[in-house]
Amino acid sequence: MKLILHVWRQKNPAQAGRMVRYEANDVNPDMSMVELLDVVNEELILKSEEPIAFEHDCREGICGSCGFMINGIAHGPEAATTVCQLSMRHFKDGDELYIEPWRAKAFPIIKDLVVDRSAFDRIIEAGGYISVPTGSAPDGNVILVPKDASDRAMDAAACIGCGACVAACPNASAALFTGAKIAHLGLLPQGQPERHQRALSMVRQFNAEQFGSCTNIGECEAVCPKEIKLEVIARMNRDFIHASLS
Amino acid sequence: MLLDSRAPSGPIEKLWDQARFEMKLVNPANKRKHTIIVVGSGLAGASAAATLGELGYNVKCFCFQDSPRRAHSIAAQGGINAAKNYHGDGDSVFRLFYDTLKGGDFRSREPNVYRLAQISVDIIDQCVAQGVPFAREYGGTLANRSFGGAQVSRTFYARGQTGQQLLLGAYQALERQVDSGHVQMFPRTEMLDLVVVDGHARGIVTRNLVTGRIESHAADSVVLATGGYGNVYFLSTNAKGSNCTAIWRAYKHGAAFANPCFTQIHPTCIPVSGEYQSKLTLMSESLRNDGRIWVPKKAKDKRPPNQIPEDERDYYLERRYPSFGNLVPRDVASRNAKAVCDEGRGVGETGLGVYLDFSDAIRQFGVDLVRERYGNLFEMYQRITDEDPYKVPMRIYPAMHYAMGGLWVDYFLMSTIPGLFVTGEANFSDHGANRLGASALMQGLSDGYFVLPYTVGDYIAGTKLEKIDASHSAFTRAEAGVTELTARLLGIQGRRTVDWFHRRLGKIMWDDCGMSRTAAGLESAISQIRELREEYWKDVKVAGSADDLNQSLEKAGRVADFFELGELMCLDALHRKESCGGHFREEYQTADGEAQRNDEEFSYVAAWEYKGADQAPVLHKEPLTFEYVHPSQRSYK
Amino acid sequence: MSVVSAGVAPFYSSTVGKKAVMAVSGCVLFLFVLGHLAGNLQIYEGPEKLDNYSRLLHSMPALLWGARITLLVMVALHIWSSIQLAVRNYEARPTGYVRKKAAGSSYASRTMYWSGPIILAFVIYHLLDFTFGTVNPAFQVGNVYANVVASFQLPLVSGFYILAMVLLCMHLYHGLWSMFQSLGFHRATTLKRGAAVVAILIAAGNISIPVSVMAGLVK
Repeated sequence: MKLILHVWRQKNPAQAGRMVRYEANDVNPDMSMVELLDVVNEELILKSEEPIAFEHDCREGICGSCGFMINGIAHGPEAATTVCQLSMRHFKDGDELYIEPWRAKAFPIIKDLVVDRSAFDRIIEAGGYISVPTGSAPDGNVILVPKDASDRAMDAAACIGCGACVAACPNASAALFTGAKIAHLGLLPQGQPERHQRALSMVRQFNAEQFGSCTNIGECEAVCPKEIKLEVIARMNRDFIHASLS
Repeated sequence: MLLDSRAPSGPIEKLWDQARFEMKLVNPANKRKHTIIVVGSGLAGASAAATLGELGYNVKCFCFQDSPRRAHSIAAQGGINAAKNYHGDGDSVFRLFYDTLKGGDFRSREPNVYRLAQISVDIIDQCVAQGVPFAREYGGTLANRSFGGAQVSRTFYARGQTGQQLLLGAYQALERQVDSGHVQMFPRTEMLDLVVVDGHARGIVTRNLVTGRIESHAADSVVLATGGYGNVYFLSTNAKGSNCTAIWRAYKHGAAFANPCFTQIHPTCIPVSGEYQSKLTLMSESLRNDGRIWVPKKAKDKRPPNQIPEDERDYYLERRYPSFGNLVPRDVASRNAKAVCDEGRGVGETGLGVYLDFSDAIRQFGVDLVRERYGNLFEMYQRITDEDPYKVPMRIYPAMHYAMGGLWVDYFLMSTIPGLFVTGEANFSDHGANRLGASALMQGLSDGYFVLPYTVGDYIAGTKLEKIDASHSAFTRAEAGVTELTARLLGIQGRRTVDWFHRRLGKIMWDDCGMSRTAAGLESAISQIRELREEYWKDVKVAGSADDLNQSLEKAGRVADFFELGELMCLDALHRKESCGGHFREEYQTADGEAQRNDEEFSYVAAWEYKGADQAPVLHKEPLTFEYVHPSQRSYK
Repeated sequence: MSVVSAGVAPFYSSTVGKKAVMAVSGCVLFLFVLGHLAGNLQIYEGPEKLDNYSRLLHSMPALLWGARITLLVMVALHIWSSIQLAVRNYEARPTGYVRKKAAGSSYASRTMYWSGPIILAFVIYHLLDFTFGTVNPAFQVGNVYANVVASFQLPLVSGFYILAMVLLCMHLYHGLWSMFQSLGFHRATTLKRGAAVVAILIAAGNISIPVSVMAGLVK
């Protein structure tokens, strides 16, 4: 089948970008979205044009490298699917696809579809961990964790840090990302000693990175490839409010 | 070149204690004056960088991804082994040691493997304390499963995302050290050369992947934790960016490369569907716990699976290996899949696939239990293939997955270049000729959290190093070399893309140096690779420039190294005239088609020394001796 | 982890703190809306009952003014926080998308920045109409029942009132469940359903009054 792609091309942060139209003929329905870009890029290289820069690595939906907007939806139309696992059978012959990078002040564009998501690392750096020096841990079974708590912590910990939540949010908020880590660690007994300080530090960093605020509308939850729930944001709010006012 | 493993002698269970006691210590006040470079931020790299930072060293950690959290350790699904014996089912450190050594077909070093088994228990404790959400029983204790054919339940897991959770634990520990100022992180930075001064590894040359800047970093010691080289096959379960460049440049500076031909083909991957395919997706091995593998008895049987009656199906693993059945080790399962496909009994459009059928499990346990155990894997399968595994058997085929080979290291994880340490999949390590399931995560974290922090300290405390910085002529020379190589790649402007060449290299490797190998095939592969490489340097086309983000250029450098590594792999496979683990030479098999080891002649680690671009590498042998586990024919019948 | 100090100032300067302020002030305003509805519905019991209720409120000036000042403060906090957040959110995405689709949010949640100001405009008009009588030529001090009937007999006034109540319904639907979320309580399905029921009941109760007046049921 044939698809028309409109792709955001931008040489570097300083130069202005624009949408460029490409035609992809011979699209195999079993291809993934990034494999389609591979094919387009092969043709561009042979025509001595610069290939479209886009991030990707594991191509199995877990590393969180890939991600862009397809027709206005982060990671495209399929729920719980990153672009590297989005197969072309979800599109029809002749469809037009508008492909744009994540857009947020906190995610400056580097080139084409590649953006700088290091703000996420700095949010983790601010407190997204449990301070436990190597070798100082007691036996694993000394810390009993109720199955329910462990399961819910795992739900939150499944975040791959792709940035789709920020991209989809009308406010470019990183609340889902920040909340996921606060919820993951805060649900476990190991995370209790630093729970409140963690919420204070991580929220402060999330604000310092110039992400917007959460308005609880749920766009992030809808596009999250790992189906992280808004509940994690409520947990972040609770821990932060408790830490601030107690 | 002398290959001294430096393993202490004595009772095996005391060796690591003894070694730790004998190691020299660095004065805590002096640690921050020593710079340690860690290349790679996967399990082995992130855990090492975090721990070294915590000890007070000045650590610089590099990764080519945009964040250390993206390293490919993240994709490991199944679990991590540890000899905790929480189930009282007969596990012990010695049994894990025994299983790993035997699983590796007796091609690994006893003291290393024993240490790995010993440390395995500490890893779980450390990860639990970090908040890794391991699966739990209702009573709150840690859950285990049996995995990859182990007869005991020693595998700890976090749903189907164990690698992700362990990596995030290490990543978070790393970020904690970044926050404290002990670790400086260099993401989007690729190591392009190693710098050796007076015989010691003293730093690296890198390319900033955003600006294209070539930079030098000096240090007292360099740790390579850069993962495996499975992408030499083009199609593999590795991430697209996984590459051999760092270890290959170290090899060219004198680090011996051990057992390059020992690669692992994983039996349960989603089959190739077309020419455009860019990578293969692994389905967790845990599927083999309940799924039954079969092909039609008749060749070229094109009926849909549900229309093939029971008595016309060949459950070939259950038939050939009655005691292990579908749970035979990876190498055995893969080879058998290839064999039935070679007989024309493969399924799916390409004929390269076998069925993994859950209908019996669904009948026996009910669809709900199957969904609970494998739901996320079934969803992933359906997302990719558009087929519903609850109704139609899955189709699977082996794919390149893991490299047991890598840079040679001694007991202290130091390569043949003093000061150059190699950890995780990048070293030749503890898995011998075949790695058992759920052991890679164990090894990466063992090296990074618990071995390297001691051994690097011992090296630093015991070595008098001249003070140098990045202005040293060795760095300037290395930078010039890297710049020249980049210019050369950009200057060819031929007619074929990098991927075009990479696919062809991959096909040669897969056909002749893949699941089964022959002398004739390997010889032909070597000459084909040489021809293709020559063509590469004349006809490759790399778009863009050297001074900005250029993914096509990044790939070009990596593929150039894969060509050379591919040739060395074939050479190693050709010289090893035996079958063992993942290395199966068709000439050397038992009457019933099983791998035939030759312990008399090949019970050694093959370590290759680089001698220059136009010279054949020289083979050195580290003999393997077995005091505790007597080599036997592996039998899974 | 570097120690971050707790306290009111850093709390309010954070996005989470501002949302908490919006939640608390919104909650007070919601309670007022609820009480106001209870008062309004007395219209169905005749002029005497409603006018007496009004007199009762005015007989306790301390309470009345206390409530009025509290409400004004809440309105100010609600609006000021929302403006600060809106500016911040606008700045968080300097370049917009060429194409953008909503994937999972409700219409009500996306239009809070519209429904809010329109409701504010309505409240001002409403005060001028029924409290100060400025825009109501038939206004008589103390005769609440008569004032209401007089105003609602004008279709334009009733229309604006009904429109405002529809917007209030939407604002409350998102605001009510969002208030819990912002304060850290999460029961998405239950809260969203509950919020929808409450918002619809409030709007329906209020809308019934102009409808009844225009239908001639309340004269």
